Amino acid sequence: MKTAVQLPKNNSFQPQNNKNAKISVHNFNLFYGEKQALFDISLDINEKEITALIGPSGCGKSTFLRSINRMNDLIDNVKVSGEIFIDNENIYRSNDVIKLRTKVGMVFQKPNLFPMSIYDNVAYGPRMHGIKNKKVLNHIVEESLRGAAIWDEVKDRLKSSALGLSGGQQQRVCIARAIAMKPEVILMDEPTSALDPISTLKVEELLSQMKENYTIVIVTHNMQQAARVSDRTAFFLNGEVIEYDTTDTIFSVPKDKRTEEYITGRFG
Amino acid sequence: MNKVKDHLLQGILWISAILTIVILVTIIGFIFLKGYKLMNISFIFGDYSPTGGGGIWPMIITTIYTIMISLVIATPIGVFAAVYLQEYAKQGRLVRMIRFATESLTGIPSIIYGLFGAVFFVATLNFGMSIISASLTLTIIILPVVIRTTEEALKTVPQSYREGSLALGTTKLQTLLKVILPSAVPGILSGIILSMGRIIGESAAIFLTAGTVAALPEGIFSSARTLTVHSYLVTQEAGDIELASAIGIVLIVIIFVLNLTATYISNKLNKAD
Repeated sequence: MKTAVQLPKNNSFQPQNNKNAKISVHNFNLFYGEKQALFDISLDINEKEITALIGPSGCGKSTFLRSINRMNDLIDNVKVSGEIFIDNENIYRSNDVIKLRTKVGMVFQKPNLFPMSIYDNVAYGPRMHGIKNKKVLNHIVEESLRGAAIWDEVKDRLKSSALGLSGGQQQRVCIARAIAMKPEVILMDEPTSALDPISTLKVEELLSQMKENYTIVIVTHNMQQAARVSDRTAFFLNGEVIEYDTTDTIFSVPKDKRTEEYITGRFG
Repeated sequence: MNKVKDHLLQGILWISAILTIVILVTIIGFIFLKGYKLMNISFIFGDYSPTGGGGIWPMIITTIYTIMISLVIATPIGVFAAVYLQEYAKQGRLVRMIRFATESLTGIPSIIYGLFGAVFFVATLNFGMSIISASLTLTIIILPVVIRTTEEALKTVPQSYREGSLALGTTKLQTLLKVILPSAVPGILSGIILSMGRIIGESAAIFLTAGTVAALPEGIFSSARTLTVHSYLVTQEAGDIELASAIGIVLIVIIFVLNLTATYISNKLNKAD
């Protein structure tokens, strides 16, 4: 059995709550107006692991991801019920979305760098949170770009426009921009769907490194990707979580017939 | 058969394009030919003389005054209104009504605004026939233009910028000031250029609110005459096409310079692209 994937994690140091999950979701429902998009989601996401959310288009996996940093708040008429806890704090009870989004970073489907220089993009978050000292900013920018494995490629052109980079490079700068806020959780919404295979591989390698420092939740269309990078996988269908287990179990011995049908490519 | 149609369509398109250019060149050429003889330093910088031979300096100053004052008032109000409508207001009946109102306002003939200005600013507020009355009237005229173009510019800013910024734990205001507005600046500037054109081209509303005093204004409460009004009056009263054309040249040059400046600023601001 390959449950060993998890064992070292449980033994490794976990500063605050080693018995509690980083993110804990209880009976979470979400409605777009009258239409219900998520049904009674309950799952625990472990600290410093990669959790993949898979499922066919429109199954609610992105909607769920966007519930974790309350990005759905931007849409009118969204209503939620149930609870999402991060570090035992109910994120829908507190109204401090700024604090939440500082703690929970996000990388989007398409690279969405601002029309500014590479440096300014990465320094944007820290600057908005009041860091003005140039030395500190320089340090954060370098550290973040290194953390996103893009430093060597851009160190000589930090002051030139970020939009001149290739798609794959832009996406890694987006990751650097998220890291710059020193988040604890990073949400990724199909981060490689707009990238070529080589860039995709680079981002995947990066994910495996980042797992040491961050709790990562990734939505992906690509089942090989989920199998390659994630520790746990949740299979979504029609707004429900059908099955949630270690990635090895999901891909080798899925319990639900629908999961099996999806991962063997019979639908979706 | 299809090929013939294709050629025919291309021909029509070509003729339309050429016709447009020809008309434009003819008008500008006509004005230049008629007016260039009057062009000299004393014409531009000289004082007006009712007996003829004077300059147009007072009108240039008045024109610049009205442009400046109305832009300074209308730009912030218009941009704030557009930001509210586009970024903050809950999209619904009220916002749709406000949009409909601004759109309708752009279509009202300027003489109506002029009448309103004459009644409200000149008489009720007792500003008299003055540059300030004219500028405030012009502010109302260009406000819908500024609002509409700013709204369009904000619409073109990708939603992903907003999301990217907010996801970093920034406030809505920070996102607006640092990401959205800078990206919308070229669009907003084109709205301002459009407004300047509207101001410079306006005669009826100014005629009714600023009067026709052809002297260097002492301040914003002086009655004065803009270039366009002057051009109208010399044509109408003296039948002096040559002088009117010379004023036309100055107007064209002013618009050209303003456009270039706005483009330059917009390029400067977008250096990161």
